Amino acid sequence: MRLRNLALVVPALLMGAGIAFSAELGDADAGKQVFQKCKGCHEVGKGAENRIGPHLNGLFGRRAGSLEGYRYSKSFERLGASGYEWHADTLDAFLENPRALASGTRMSFRGMEDAEDRQNLVAYLRGFSDNPANIPEADPTATASDHDVDPEILAIVGDPEYGAYLSSECTTCHQADGGDHGIPSIVFWPKQDFVVAMHAYKNKQRNHPVMQMVAGRLGDEEIAALAAYFANPE
Amino acid sequence: MTLNRRRFLGTTLAITATGLAAPMVRAMDGRPNVVVIGGGAGGATAARYIAKDSDGAVNVTLVEPTRTYYTCFFSNLYLGGFKEMGELGHSYGSLAQAGINVVHDWAVGVDRDAKTVSLAGGGSLPYDKLILSPGIDFVEGSVEGWSLAAQNAMPHSYKAGSQTELLKAQIEAMPEGGVFAMVAPPNPYRCPPGPYERVSMVAHYLKANNPTAKIIVADPKGKFSKQSLFQEGWLKHYPGMVDWIGEDFGGGNVSVDPEAMTVTIDGEETKVDVCNVIPGQKAGRIAELAGVTDGNWAPVNPTDMSSKADPDIYVLGDASAQGDMPKSGFSANSQAKVCANAVRGALTGSKVFPAKYSNTCWSLIDANDGVKVGATYEPTEEKIASVDSFISQTGETAELRKATYEESEGWYAGITADMFG
Repeated sequence: MRLRNLALVVPALLMGAGIAFSAELGDADAGKQVFQKCKGCHEVGKGAENRIGPHLNGLFGRRAGSLEGYRYSKSFERLGASGYEWHADTLDAFLENPRALASGTRMSFRGMEDAEDRQNLVAYLRGFSDNPANIPEADPTATASDHDVDPEILAIVGDPEYGAYLSSECTTCHQADGGDHGIPSIVFWPKQDFVVAMHAYKNKQRNHPVMQMVAGRLGDEEIAALAAYFANPE
Repeated sequence: MTLNRRRFLGTTLAITATGLAAPMVRAMDGRPNVVVIGGGAGGATAARYIAKDSDGAVNVTLVEPTRTYYTCFFSNLYLGGFKEMGELGHSYGSLAQAGINVVHDWAVGVDRDAKTVSLAGGGSLPYDKLILSPGIDFVEGSVEGWSLAAQNAMPHSYKAGSQTELLKAQIEAMPEGGVFAMVAPPNPYRCPPGPYERVSMVAHYLKANNPTAKIIVADPKGKFSKQSLFQEGWLKHYPGMVDWIGEDFGGGNVSVDPEAMTVTIDGEETKVDVCNVIPGQKAGRIAELAGVTDGNWAPVNPTDMSSKADPDIYVLGDASAQGDMPKSGFSANSQAKVCANAVRGALTGSKVFPAKYSNTCWSLIDANDGVKVGATYEPTEEKIASVDSFISQTGETAELRKATYEESEGWYAGITADMFG
């Protein structure tokens, strides 16, 4: 769902921006420096409050314009109502040119041209969302640096036909059309992120009991097959 | 019951006739025929997956008497006031659109030599592979004093729909400080945590609307699914309201009198205001008529859910005897995909992958207090065997319980989309 909306709202941006999928997540320490540009309006971290702009704690996975107690512009409310959520990729697109996404807001920032700065900033902000290791469950932000997976496992080329069969176990809960009500969407993930996430469950580095159980009995080939299928289920 | 059935037959005769025309014609087009009996979590899923994955190479007919399917799963949440009945209803329109011949009729016989299914409306459907997913029927005489004729006075509400609505109306009409009784079923039965989630949901309603009312459960079992989680929840949310009488205290020695509205447990008679009798269960009748049952259930081969009595018949879900999997919608859905893969392989030569089964059951104890239990399964020589499992823990945080409930709502959306498309 989220991805579909994203595709509707910012196709042009994505082409220009080069999506900051987490495999490319930046350096959080460097991002702290970049955040100096934002501090005039936004607070983040312990005790952060809404100022000119909303505080940025727990930003990842939050629907745009949805923070309680903050008065948003109509433009942001519309964006949120369309299902737009903040994740590494959407933040990257937004930061590059905020007004292209939501005009007429109090966000007077003109945009951040440097892709590396944006990635670093996103990495910094990600640290202020609860249990960031688990946020990727809602979207493809799992990174190889989160949980090391043997490069040989990552290199396995999965059989999408086998993946299609195995996927039927997933779609009892995860909706095949990408709907993410109550349970995260797992379609159109980059293959590598999918593999990393599944191995993190299998090795119990991520702590969801159903997923630990499901991933626990999947072999490396099977995980690769699922990744191959879900990368492009149509 | 009689009225409903007569009315039903009256309104569906025309549809049955047109519905039949299609498969009879298509039977001659050279495509193999799959007939699926029962449009629940097992049958709807199997029909949809075979049709979807065979891309028109297989002619799929789904026989299901009702026009709207009300999910048994989440029907307790309707009793608790968390769901409307309309939210639990699903039509077969999407399956028909996906190219499945949906026939609203009762299957009343299976001729295994001629390989045909006969319908109450008079028609007959040829099959190459037959999938039975008929759910449950009740064992006659399993609760002394109760029979199907008494289901209005003492509803079972174990097939969702009008029975569930009836039970809710009776609970709402209870006098102040009244008594709700449940006669719980012996193993094995549909949805092992179901009776106890129901107790929780009834208690939730009564706590808000009739707080001095009492709940008595007469149970022939000594223990039940998620017992420590439910009992912890009852103590926490509904202290003093629920009296569970298990096997050790005579819970299995029970009789009811639907006219006098009394329940007698281990010799002690109690006047009650509502009595929910959940009788002992067996495979839906068509499985018995097809001659594939052994005792109350239909034994199947663990690798593909095919009947041990007939390689061209498959039995899914509650009706099957397969080993360790609980009788649940999730299980039926999981089994249906293994079966669909095998049936398609047999008829079209598509690749058949090894069977994997899984199940998770969520239960709601009170608002935002959800728990779950689940396991994965694989076929062995003699049965479908559990390989790994988990269960929610007592004393979990409110946040986790809320997340578990929200997850169950996600699962509901997922499985119904998986069944109906």
